[in-house]
Amino acid sequence: MNGTSGNKTSGSSRELELYFGPQHLGMVGNFSITLKVEGDRILEARANPGFLHRGFEKLMEYRTWIQNFPMVCRINVIESGSMEMIYSMAVESLAQIEVPERAHYVRSIYLELCRVSSHLFGLWAYSNMLGFDTVAQWAMYHRDLILDLLEELTGGRVYNIFIWPGGVRRDFPKGFEDRIVETLHTIGSCVPDYNTAFFDNRIFYERSKGIGRITQQEAKELGATGQTLRATGLKFDIRKVAPYAAYDKVEWDVPVREDGDAYSRILVIRDEMIESVHMIFKLLEAMPQGPVYNRIPNPFKWKIPPGDTYVRCESSRGELGLYLVSDGGERPYRVHFRTPSYTNGLILLEKLLQGASIADVGNIMISLYVVAPEIDR
Amino acid sequence: MKQNKERGTGSLLRPLKTIGFVLRKPQTLRYPFEPKEPAPRYRGFHLNDWEKCTGCGNCAEICPNQAINMVEIAEIQPQPGMKNERPQLDYGRCCFCGLCVDICPAGSLRLSRDYFHIHFDPKTFVFVPQDDKTDHEHFYPIEEYSIFKASLTHRRQDYEGFGPDLNFALFDPQRVPMNEVEPDKRVLSFVEQVLGYDRQEARAEASRCLECKLCEEACPAHMKISDYIKAIYEDQPAEALREIFEDNPIPSICGRICMKHCEKACSLSIRGEPLAIRWLKRFVADSITDYQVALDQKTAEPSGKKVAVIGAGPSGLSVAYFLSLKGHKVVVFDSLPGGGGTLRVGPPPYRLPLEAIDKDVDYIASLGVEFRFNTTVGKDVLFEDILKGYDAVFVGVGTGVSRSTKVTNSDRAHLALPFLEQSKLGTPVKVGKEVIVIGGGNVAIDVARVALRLQHIQYPNEAVVTKIVSLEDWDEMPATKEEIEDAKAEGIRFNPGWGPKEIKVADGKVQGLLCMKVKAVFDETGRFNPTFYEDELMFLEGDMVIEAIGQGADFSFIPQQILEKLEFTPWGKVKVDENGMTTIPGIFAGGDIVNLNLDAVTAIADAKVAAEGIDKWLRRKTT
Repeated sequence: MNGTSGNKTSGSSRELELYFGPQHLGMVGNFSITLKVEGDRILEARANPGFLHRGFEKLMEYRTWIQNFPMVCRINVIESGSMEMIYSMAVESLAQIEVPERAHYVRSIYLELCRVSSHLFGLWAYSNMLGFDTVAQWAMYHRDLILDLLEELTGGRVYNIFIWPGGVRRDFPKGFEDRIVETLHTIGSCVPDYNTAFFDNRIFYERSKGIGRITQQEAKELGATGQTLRATGLKFDIRKVAPYAAYDKVEWDVPVREDGDAYSRILVIRDEMIESVHMIFKLLEAMPQGPVYNRIPNPFKWKIPPGDTYVRCESSRGELGLYLVSDGGERPYRVHFRTPSYTNGLILLEKLLQGASIADVGNIMISLYVVAPEIDR
Repeated sequence: MKQNKERGTGSLLRPLKTIGFVLRKPQTLRYPFEPKEPAPRYRGFHLNDWEKCTGCGNCAEICPNQAINMVEIAEIQPQPGMKNERPQLDYGRCCFCGLCVDICPAGSLRLSRDYFHIHFDPKTFVFVPQDDKTDHEHFYPIEEYSIFKASLTHRRQDYEGFGPDLNFALFDPQRVPMNEVEPDKRVLSFVEQVLGYDRQEARAEASRCLECKLCEEACPAHMKISDYIKAIYEDQPAEALREIFEDNPIPSICGRICMKHCEKACSLSIRGEPLAIRWLKRFVADSITDYQVALDQKTAEPSGKKVAVIGAGPSGLSVAYFLSLKGHKVVVFDSLPGGGGTLRVGPPPYRLPLEAIDKDVDYIASLGVEFRFNTTVGKDVLFEDILKGYDAVFVGVGTGVSRSTKVTNSDRAHLALPFLEQSKLGTPVKVGKEVIVIGGGNVAIDVARVALRLQHIQYPNEAVVTKIVSLEDWDEMPATKEEIEDAKAEGIRFNPGWGPKEIKVADGKVQGLLCMKVKAVFDETGRFNPTFYEDELMFLEGDMVIEAIGQGADFSFIPQQILEKLEFTPWGKVKVDENGMTTIPGIFAGGDIVNLNLDAVTAIADAKVAAEGIDKWLRRKTT
């Protein structure tokens, strides 16, 4: 294996311990797995996080409420929107800040754009890992088009820092709605190409069908959410079960698959992207006029009444939760995130890798949509 | 698309359909030949308008990465409301979040669309941003700009990115509105116009303070404004009062009539309304009924020294306060029946009621200061005797004599201060139905507004009018904007840009004022020297004329042989050294006879200096 070392272990002389990552092409960033293998069968896998530990939850206790905004989005590098959203939701619930109606729509549209960009990134990772370089480049290019939109709206491409307590940081620039529609049509018109080259491709089918299969029961027991859970046939989406922003204002559907394998998970991601695009069009149509920001108190004197709250939202990877405690001061007393990659990347991954082939490690991991920075906070 | 049918079972050759893409035009940009244009809101390197930037340091305060340091710039002259510091960015730390842009009260800090800096020297990443307004060296017009050279020292002109937006600013540009008595109601009596903040409003207003302390440098007395504002925000008015009394012993007075140099310097005032510092001070003074309990001040061991203070105005009261804390015995002489000096007679009750003055004076008296009211120095007690009987003397007599225009028949006109004094302390003057006030300062407006109230009281339900004639035009009038607006709202008619020529009298009765058009109020050197168009005349009808064109000091209580030794500055002010001592040893001075600001808070500042000086003087003599 590329970049790995092997040594004999005790027990059977045919067992070998393999370090998979962090320097490995099939790896999702700064993360590694220690594998115990016999031949190319995996006997036991141990997830090995910690390469990206930045201590965000602790750091946030030392920064004021507003200073934490440029930080939360760094917990998930790929999709900053849902991180900003969840921290705003928690702060709003503790400080009892109202959000204007239009801001809910702007937030939803922005979050869905982030979701599409994140899914395209996931599509890049998966297709790239399987060797579909062309599709990977398309996905990357299309993600870039969304980043252009995000740049126009927020000023940043990756760390947008756009959703704030009380609303959003700026309103849509002039003509922005038209450019959203235009860009999404450009991407949408390529869906048949994607299907031809990738989703309907025999090679993709053979490489992902039946891989990393999990039953609905197991998914529930192991705390899986997002695509992993929806690919087992359960219609569970926080945007539906506990709507926030403007998700209850328009009609939309939760795409599901039945088989619970890598193939189903990737197809759920594709269907979700398409659903998100349709949702953005509906939101744009229903969006009211008005202010998008209720001024928050002076950040130098902003104290939040003592209390704690748990809020959750649907990130592109699954259920994202935040437990936030205030002791009445200018800074959070305690911050704890529940990130979907944590359950998927540690618990579920170890289970699914048991008995799998070495060649499927990256396949399974990426299909679980693991983002390493979410695990190491 | 059929969702649930698995279609990946087709031929292996199917993906070859996409081979057609080879012939299509590539969608990616061929950088750098096709440059990527950042969005208009792009968050790139900083731009800072040095002319607008006040050096308040709020950007450095909010930066989550401590990427901003305030550095002193030698070429910038500090002035009230503007420090000579400017933000310095460390681009090794900056995360381009733009919090600094949204907190910048001046709106001077923006982000540009430049994002290139490649250099082998890491020191170049620490950078003091300017913009193309003040930095002509590193900003290039688009024709001369090259992407190959792009760096912090090669940037594009007019390349604004993420900029300030007042609707999304992190500070609140709007004040908590102050409750006032409506103009049509307040002209009928002398009821106090401003009602003051309640506890909740005061806290809300105090929460706007960004703690940049520009105000403290602008305040002549250098009061610890941001500390007491913070105490108000934290709902501790007693603590706020303690902070105030460190520098200012007359908050109830200053909270009403201070000229608020602080609010002019407030960084919030640049794009919004300044913090209502004066009203917040008033809230503290009003909300505490007993200063003694709240302050719990102890005077020092008695020093055995006696100090005489002539004049119980702001400077005299403050000197008495500071000296009695230091253990000296202070006796204050004043000809009026109570404390406050000019403030007792000048500001009308709707601005400064007597109770507000007495609250501060009574507290100072409670520290052991002896007040001898109704005692005119030079008449009831001689200045020479005071000099003999006391170890030091502080003169804070203020400018208590109104000047006259000296135009024809000006002996038929009333003078401002006697008019105001009678209205406030004695029997109000019988006013006319058509009053003309000459002057453009705050005293003139006080006079006009008092006259208007007296007209409404003396001629109920009759048509009355009060007019103001001032040499100065709207934009150069020395009265504050607020006062002018309040007077306008009450129906006072202004005639700016006219000078008095003659008071017309017929049959022994005042008929009106003949005015001439003003050419210029000041001469080329900027000195007050009005010139007129003699042929452009206007006649204002009126049955009463009041002159409010300024006040002078009266030193007649000082015997001639002592007065001769007293030196004056070229502006006619008493000359004092850095200890507040005049050219006569042992005699100190402060207030309007010393400074050019002519206001209460500057008098307090003088008094602080003089009190230190007197203390030093007294202790030096003993050793």
